[in-house]
Amino acid sequence: MSQEKLMHYQVDPWNCYMMRVRRRRMEEEDEMERVMRIVSESAVVIFSSSSCCMCHAMKSLFCGMGVNTMVHELDQDSKGKQMEKTLMRLLATNSTTLPVVFIGGKLVGSMDTLLAFHVNGSLVQLLKQAGALWL
Amino acid sequence: MDIYEPFQQVSMWGDSFKVEGGLNSIASPMLLVNTSMENKSEFIPHEPRDSSGADQETTNKDDSKVLRRLAQNREAARKSRLRKKAYVQQLETSRLKLMQLEIEIGRARKQGMYTGNALDTSFMGSSETINPGVVAFEIEYGNWVEEQHRWNEELRNAFQTNASEVQLHLVVQSVLNHYSDLFRMKADAAKADVLYLISGVWKTSLERLFLWIGGSRPSQLLNLILPQLEPLTDQQIASINKLRLSSQQAEDALSQGLDKLQQSLVQDMAVDPLTAANHGFQMAIALEKFEGLEGFVSQADHLRQQTLIHMSRILSTHQAARGLLALGEYFHRLRTLCSLWTSRPCDSIMSPKITP
Repeated sequence: MSQEKLMHYQVDPWNCYMMRVRRRRMEEEDEMERVMRIVSESAVVIFSSSSCCMCHAMKSLFCGMGVNTMVHELDQDSKGKQMEKTLMRLLATNSTTLPVVFIGGKLVGSMDTLLAFHVNGSLVQLLKQAGALWL
Repeated sequence: MDIYEPFQQVSMWGDSFKVEGGLNSIASPMLLVNTSMENKSEFIPHEPRDSSGADQETTNKDDSKVLRRLAQNREAARKSRLRKKAYVQQLETSRLKLMQLEIEIGRARKQGMYTGNALDTSFMGSSETINPGVVAFEIEYGNWVEEQHRWNEELRNAFQTNASEVQLHLVVQSVLNHYSDLFRMKADAAKADVLYLISGVWKTSLERLFLWIGGSRPSQLLNLILPQLEPLTDQQIASINKLRLSSQQAEDALSQGLDKLQQSLVQDMAVDPLTAANHGFQMAIALEKFEGLEGFVSQADHLRQQTLIHMSRILSTHQAARGLLALGEYFHRLRTLCSLWTSRPCDSIMSPKITP
């Protein structure tokens, strides 16, 4: 019986590792699904932090254009940290990138991408397509 | 009495000669010796009237001591007068030198405005440590401004010689690259010291009047060069209006974000005076906010660059060249006006106004 236990112990580490990898992948998929679910609920979704001033600037920008946005304050969400990590993976970057904006369910990006789109006129197009702006 | 007087005088003359031998005195002290001795001879006869020969000898010794002391005193006084004269002369020459230096500084400040600014203001409160990133930026920016002047000349030359479309396009691209260089330099400076960059001390004081997050307002510059671009097609006018609106909206948004940052910094500083325990913690939080400042400067410069690039796409090559020349000329005139202002005569400031 002790020998069986020994064999069981030798096989287990690999199984443990595989199970951990699988669990993490599932969690990531869950988180990604969660994010995708959230961004499809509204025309414009901003992932923000209540203390971040650049997030405030982005909210002000949409407000100034007369666009209603759904704001998700990650520092007030219990799963905020994981969502932030998911967003970082989506943007393929290692640094914290809030605010992040999605328009019409599709990823637009951080403040600098948003400003570039606004200057060249494509932001207004995107907003009209998503039904967030009528003119 | 009569017997002693001439005897006294003879001995005194002897003493005066001894005095001369002892000290290398010039003629005038000698005359002084004689006159003082003559004065003394009026008084001395009263004493030895009752004295014996021995007393006369000691009086002679006393006299010689007195003479020596007086002579030494004179010498010391003379040396003191010479020292004083030398000191006063030194003061005079220093004063002249100082006036000369002040004039030179005024002249140098007029010519090298952008190099002097950070040094002028840095003494007001910051520590003695010199930031190499800041110094490097100062030098690079000085060169950048000179090169901007050269590009203005290049553009003017291209118009005057009716350069081809291709040549004009090359110049336009080069000028746009030149502006890209500036944004890159500013990004490096922001990493070195964001407060230095955002305060605009590296610009002339007149340019600072129009300062917005470490530079110019894109919408303001758009309005400035618009008259130089005519004639414009209807589509171009529509695009430019949209660009101006977008720029204004972006500027407002960034300004509001920056205001919020300022407010939060103030809140961090406003600690409850009774609890001094969390002082260090508050400071650490406040320091983190400076990274946020870097972000705003970065976005503002990003906005400026994007506006420039989009404008160059809306306009034809010829129009873009005219616009860039107008922009460069505007900054040149601002700097010239500023140097005129700073070199205005000081009399108008220093002299008190006499009111009737």
